[in-house]
Amino acid sequence: MKRWITTTDHKRIGLLYFWTAFCFFLVGGLEALLIRLQLAQPNGHLVSAETYNQLFTMHGTTMVFLALMPLSASFFNYIVPLQIGARDVAFPRLNAFSYWVFLLGGLLLNASWLVGPLFHAPHWNVAPNGGWFGYANLTERQFSPGPNIDFWLLGLQILGISSLAAGFNFIVTILNMRAPGMKMLRVPAFSWMTLVTQFLVITAFPVITVGLVFLMFDRFFGTHFYVATAGATPLLWQHLFWLFGHPEVYILILPAMGIVSEVLPTFARKPLFGYTVVVFSGVLIGFMGWGVWSHHMFAVGLGPIADSVFAGTTMLIAVPTGVKIFNWIATLWGGDIRGSTALHFAVGFIAMFIIGGLSGVTHASPPADLQQTDTYYVVAHIHYVLFGGTVLGLFAGIYYWWPKMTGRLLSEPLGKWHFWLTFLGMNLAFFPMHLIGLLGMPRRIYTYTPELGVSALNLVSTVGAFLIAVAILVFLVNVLRTRTHGRPAPNDPWGGATLEWSIPSPPPVYNFSVIPTVTSRLPRWKTERHEPMRDPPAVPPVPIHVPPGSWWPLIAALGLPVLALAPLTHTLWLAFLGAAILLVGIYRWAFEPFEV
Amino acid sequence: MPRHRLCLLAVALAVSGCGGPFPQSTLEPRSDFGWAVDHLFTDIFWWAAGVFLVVEALLVITLIRFRHREGRPAPRPTHGHTVMEIAWTLAPAVILVFVAVPTVRVIFATSGEAPADALKVDVIGHQWWWEFRYPELALVTANELHLPRGRPVQLSITSADVIHSFWAPALGGKRDAIPGRINRIAFRADSLGDYAGQCAEFCGESHANMRLRVIVDSDSGFGRWATVQLAGPAAPAPGTLAERGKSVYARSACLGCHTIQGVSPGIIGPNLTHVGSRTTIASGLFPNDSAHLASWIADAPALKPGSVMTRMQPPLTDADIAALVAYLEGLR
Amino acid sequence: MTHAAATHHTSMGLDSRKMAFWAFIGSECLLFSSLISTYLVYKGRSVVGPSPHEILNIPFTSVSTFDLLMSSLMMVLALAAVQRGDMKWGKIWLFATALLGLVFLGGQVIEFTEFVHKGLTLQTNLFGCTFFVLTGTHGAHVTVGVLWLLTLWVRALQGKLGPGQALTVEITGLYWHFVDVVWIVIFTVVYLIQ
Repeated sequence: MKRWITTTDHKRIGLLYFWTAFCFFLVGGLEALLIRLQLAQPNGHLVSAETYNQLFTMHGTTMVFLALMPLSASFFNYIVPLQIGARDVAFPRLNAFSYWVFLLGGLLLNASWLVGPLFHAPHWNVAPNGGWFGYANLTERQFSPGPNIDFWLLGLQILGISSLAAGFNFIVTILNMRAPGMKMLRVPAFSWMTLVTQFLVITAFPVITVGLVFLMFDRFFGTHFYVATAGATPLLWQHLFWLFGHPEVYILILPAMGIVSEVLPTFARKPLFGYTVVVFSGVLIGFMGWGVWSHHMFAVGLGPIADSVFAGTTMLIAVPTGVKIFNWIATLWGGDIRGSTALHFAVGFIAMFIIGGLSGVTHASPPADLQQTDTYYVVAHIHYVLFGGTVLGLFAGIYYWWPKMTGRLLSEPLGKWHFWLTFLGMNLAFFPMHLIGLLGMPRRIYTYTPELGVSALNLVSTVGAFLIAVAILVFLVNVLRTRTHGRPAPNDPWGGATLEWSIPSPPPVYNFSVIPTVTSRLPRWKTERHEPMRDPPAVPPVPIHVPPGSWWPLIAALGLPVLALAPLTHTLWLAFLGAAILLVGIYRWAFEPFEV
Repeated sequence: MPRHRLCLLAVALAVSGCGGPFPQSTLEPRSDFGWAVDHLFTDIFWWAAGVFLVVEALLVITLIRFRHREGRPAPRPTHGHTVMEIAWTLAPAVILVFVAVPTVRVIFATSGEAPADALKVDVIGHQWWWEFRYPELALVTANELHLPRGRPVQLSITSADVIHSFWAPALGGKRDAIPGRINRIAFRADSLGDYAGQCAEFCGESHANMRLRVIVDSDSGFGRWATVQLAGPAAPAPGTLAERGKSVYARSACLGCHTIQGVSPGIIGPNLTHVGSRTTIASGLFPNDSAHLASWIADAPALKPGSVMTRMQPPLTDADIAALVAYLEGLR
Repeated sequence: MTHAAATHHTSMGLDSRKMAFWAFIGSECLLFSSLISTYLVYKGRSVVGPSPHEILNIPFTSVSTFDLLMSSLMMVLALAAVQRGDMKWGKIWLFATALLGLVFLGGQVIEFTEFVHKGLTLQTNLFGCTFFVLTGTHGAHVTVGVLWLLTLWVRALQGKLGPGQALTVEITGLYWHFVDVVWIVIFTVVYLIQ
């Protein structure tokens, strides 16, 4: 227990990220099921309007910040150091700090489901209810007097700290900790996409932080950042939010694209087609992701010139995305494709992401978007991108790297069941939403009338959602079964080209008995100019120093939720206590002997 | 009816097992704005469908053709192909030009400019109902927007509280109602009808219950409606239930929030001067009949969660409510 | 902070802590850009007074600005002293840097108090909101810097800071100079260009 709490080992932190994020993924999924049950029939009354609003707010917030981002982070943690031939990340204790802050921020956000009585609310649940996008001025104290939005804005600020800390850490890790000979253009595609993602994180999160700070000041200290009567405009929030929010979309999708770029070559037995192009299109997507935020705001009336410009930039971003898809297909072309579960999910990613991308083009056009935005059509779009894209991509990564991370292979037959149920379920759940939206059903409504004519389509969608739930159960069964019955994994069960497959599964605490020298982009494969590398010896020839654990990252992290409780409960001394804990944690951390 | 709508509707019908009607459909435009958007969407839809078929087919063919077989020789380790990279960078770029050009054209065509003779209406979003003001006619109504067919209309949209979004899909795209800001849309309705719409921007607890109707009438029909609306409220006949209702209205909290011309000046809730002439109540939630009016007056928050029209303290008696209903129904 | 990671092999030849710090500064740039942009977007949109030219005392703040610029100079001298192993002057310059930082903060306290007396608070108008949050965020950064400098100074007094920790001092300097540069921008945008 203590070894896990004080751990600074990137592999353990990766596993902690994985299981924590997976639990939040289940919570977010449960929220989705309740939403779908409410909408299964017109005039649904399973939950109240207020609870429904909390459910969809928390579903979005949970899936984005507590499930998909940290699931990606679990692979950043576990896999990136192995792929680049490092013993750990650049700052192991900062890494532990990121994890604990994420956990505590997630718990603070979700505590809002249960603590209503403490805030004299008439019901248990005082969860955030302003949407994951939290549009001001609805989220101002005047229109949202309860603690709901306070939980949201404080929780997100805490989670932002976690993401930023991890961002600095992984940028330095990837740039600075590469094994000898691993030039930047020999870095595996997944690690490259991680790097781009982290640059997006460290540039996008400060912007949302400023937006949240303004909202916090408006709610707690009576400022007027989003108050129209004071001369301000609530649109400031939308600009700050989407300046962050659109890069955030790429923060969610680029890691999955990286995973797919690893899985396809391994199972097609062929190098990634156009590696350089795939890498640079990822970099380009990262840059262009900064110039498209107003396409979330076509209905706010920015004027025809701004609309035209943002339509143009948005359509342009389809080009590097399309290029990636063609390169993936070209990777498969001429290969010897082995239909493992990981490959199923990776191909599923491509097939579904195409749909999400194309529906995206239909609302890149502002006039068309005026009919589509804020309807279920957009709900369909984001789920094809974030479920069909990110979630399928992450599952590809899970099946691919599970043996490396746990030492056992997941069952392939159960994996196939998992895939096909997910595939069927998601299309049943999300495809009808295109039609539901075009037929005029807005999103974020807790009820609709039978006259709308979309009842049957909604029922189909609900059935699909439950099918996805069944698929997740199959996955959990697979995981449990594998713990006891799974086939032990050799170093390299798939014949992979990258460094992580050259060491035992799971790797020893020091990862590489000898840091390899890299002479090729595909070190473990034979190519025209290059023989496969020799795997490091099983036993280190010289003893390897392993850093000890540390309590201080956890203790410093504990200061943050205590600080957040001060405004939540209007208790000043908690602010001093939180600051003191944080300060003590940081000082002890800075001055404890810790040799990496 | 363009083919794409036939396709989409065919799918919708097959799945839903019923033929609609779909009163809030975006695929049955009834105004120039609606048609412009619809044509554009049709174009983009077909480009997208074409790309979808080609790319997915390519993917499936690749998977089948190169699936693992015993004895297949090891794949040739190709690393890339510059000409192909250039080709599949240019191909989507060229297609996007075909999408972008009509897009920009329609953006400018639908930017909310209207000819000088356009009928101007101010649209004000409230939590959770719509106020419509016709400045030229000095006329105020709520939740049901009456428009003449064939005449250009310009809506100036804003909000009294949080951000809402005005959306009547048959008449064109939505525009946000933002406090401190006026957004405009302009269109010309081309068919008579009663079109459903609702708020499209999440605006709080009863966002789902913020609906509206747009009633497109002939010129003469619209004129008749306007004349009726401009007249003062109907005075209930002496000794009737309605007259008692008027006195209930005058001594209860109603008048603090509602306007009835010459009776009460409240501005928090909808203007009730001609409430009896509307087809629905509670911003399009219920038909305007005595049963619904009665239950709405008795306990509005039960029907529309979060409504500021709270239960009256002390509660009105059933007899008082019946009288009020009679009065309000008479306000035609 | 107790040991230098410089002994480790790094792929870019740049110390990892320094690289992380550059990334951090990049991130901070976005933070201050958002704050400054908001100030500019809301400039002149207040519906009630007081307005900037009724409130801002340019001579007073010019002195503060000069003080902060001088502290950057002290920082340069401190680093140079530590690098050449001259801990006597290292201590003096480190303390001088922190002291000038404290003087700046004192100036900010006086300035804020005076504004409140003149009727400008956080809640008064948009100018108040944007001004106090922007300069307050900067002040918080200066406070962190002063604490950091004093920590180094105490370590130096204890004899735990020597040329071996020059990199730590260098990174502190990076932070301090960054905070200084941000102030130059704020001073220009808020005070000089009204």
